[in-house]
Amino acid sequence: MRELSDFDEMYQEVIIDHYKNPRNKAKLTNFTEETLSHNPFCGDEIELQLLIEDGVISNVSVDGRGCAISQSSGSLLSETILGKTIDQAKIDNNSMRSLLKDEDLDDKHLDSLADSTMIEGVKKFPVRIKCALLSWSALSDILNNY
Amino acid sequence: MINTEKIRKDFPILGEKVNGNDLVYLDNAATSHKPKEVINSLVEYYEKYNSNVHRGVHALSIKATDEFEKARISVQKFINAKNSNEIIFTRNASESLNLIAYSWGKENIKLGDEIFITPFEHHSNIVPWQMLCKENEAILRYFPIDNNGDIDVDKFSKEISNKTKMVSITHMSNVLGTVLPIDKIIELAKKYNAVTVVDACQSVPHMPVDVQKIDSDFLCFSGHKMLGPTGIGVLHGKEDILNNMSPFLYGGDMISSVTYEDSKWNDLPYKFEAGTPNIADSIGLGTACEYLTKVGMDNIWKHEMELGQYAVEEISKLENFKILGNKSKELRGGVVSFIHDSIHPHDIGSLLDGFGIAIRTGHHCAMPLVRSYGVVAASRASFYLYNKKDEIDKLVEGLKKVEEYFK
Repeated sequence: MRELSDFDEMYQEVIIDHYKNPRNKAKLTNFTEETLSHNPFCGDEIELQLLIEDGVISNVSVDGRGCAISQSSGSLLSETILGKTIDQAKIDNNSMRSLLKDEDLDDKHLDSLADSTMIEGVKKFPVRIKCALLSWSALSDILNNY
Repeated sequence: MINTEKIRKDFPILGEKVNGNDLVYLDNAATSHKPKEVINSLVEYYEKYNSNVHRGVHALSIKATDEFEKARISVQKFINAKNSNEIIFTRNASESLNLIAYSWGKENIKLGDEIFITPFEHHSNIVPWQMLCKENEAILRYFPIDNNGDIDVDKFSKEISNKTKMVSITHMSNVLGTVLPIDKIIELAKKYNAVTVVDACQSVPHMPVDVQKIDSDFLCFSGHKMLGPTGIGVLHGKEDILNNMSPFLYGGDMISSVTYEDSKWNDLPYKFEAGTPNIADSIGLGTACEYLTKVGMDNIWKHEMELGQYAVEEISKLENFKILGNKSKELRGGVVSFIHDSIHPHDIGSLLDGFGIAIRTGHHCAMPLVRSYGVVAASRASFYLYNKKDEIDKLVEGLKKVEEYFK
């Protein structure tokens, strides 16, 4: 029988904290990129704004509506990519997808993802992987132009 | 009263365990389970008389044709249609609605005409009309809503006009469980000679429906929501209007004669059933209609209204949960949607699944309606003849645990 504690892996303390206290949520007045990503399956939304200066993400805002996984993932993403170069953010984006596909990642890639790796627990709940990747898909939409 | 315990024995899946718990299946508005009789009817067709219909002179084909047409008559009787040729087998209600849009709609909806639908519709009763209106330069309008969030029929009576060519409405909302006043609406539509369409996906499986009494021009529903197999749906249309329509799909079975230059259409209902039909699932649907009739649609509806009301009462007792839609008993079937003031439906749904409780979470294919409540998603529990009160108690217990978890 499944116990409530089985869900602890998905809903890690860090995840719940980011869900309840999302970081970098305030909208930017000065930004160069903006995109809205939504999951038509559930209606969850992530609005991502970036200020990109000289190839570096110098400011970020993630706002949205949705479940604990999609929203905490967005908040974690904002911390992971803030201050990164475009190239490094692209690498992080790929690493995130590898992580959720259960592919091997070396320490260098894991370290760069920082707390974003905490979302890894959703792997046991495949229908929720889309939630975890919603904000990362928004990031792809922007970075694909670079 | 219906004997739920006895009924449950007819449904093999209800004995399954989910994540180590007894299955508590409260997602019937999405799809229902199938009784052994329906499953057996499919097996029997494939094992004993699998053959194509309306073609062969051999024994199996004759038997298959007989059973296929008997299923049509079972459906006809189930909704009290005037003739069995008014029953068109489709894949599902979405296809039925598309058939109307592509066949009747394209020919009859003209520049500046109006189609009225309600804000309660499932996407399948929105999108075909949106597309039709775009293509034919017509106007899609929505029924006005009163302060309680219900359809405002009085106001609608002032908005409908000679420009209104079609009114397409759900009989019962798949999100709110609200039963719409379709009698009054259809009466009004008729005054203006507007064609009427009823999306009966949530009514035909759950309450007695008499198409002659409703007097709709078209009525659509899906088999899988009423104990039947997936992949089979129904379009009921009045004979005279169906006769005046062009086919939706072209091919085998729907013709009476073909030359190299031209073709003549077959009679109803075959004109609208191109190609080899879904024989097995039609037969399965016929069996489902007979099963439901045996239990009694009045009994089923009474049972579900009770469950719906009980769920509304019990969930309302939970401080941070809010029920969507009208709470009054008279207007509500066995569908209850609710939201928590901070916990997202998907998180609720995932945790409940851990206890073996299956509910639907998301926008329920009715995005505009769910959004009108200021949320992007809701949780929904929906009941059927085999559900019982203690399953609602388990749901409520589960919801309390979810709250505790996210505290």
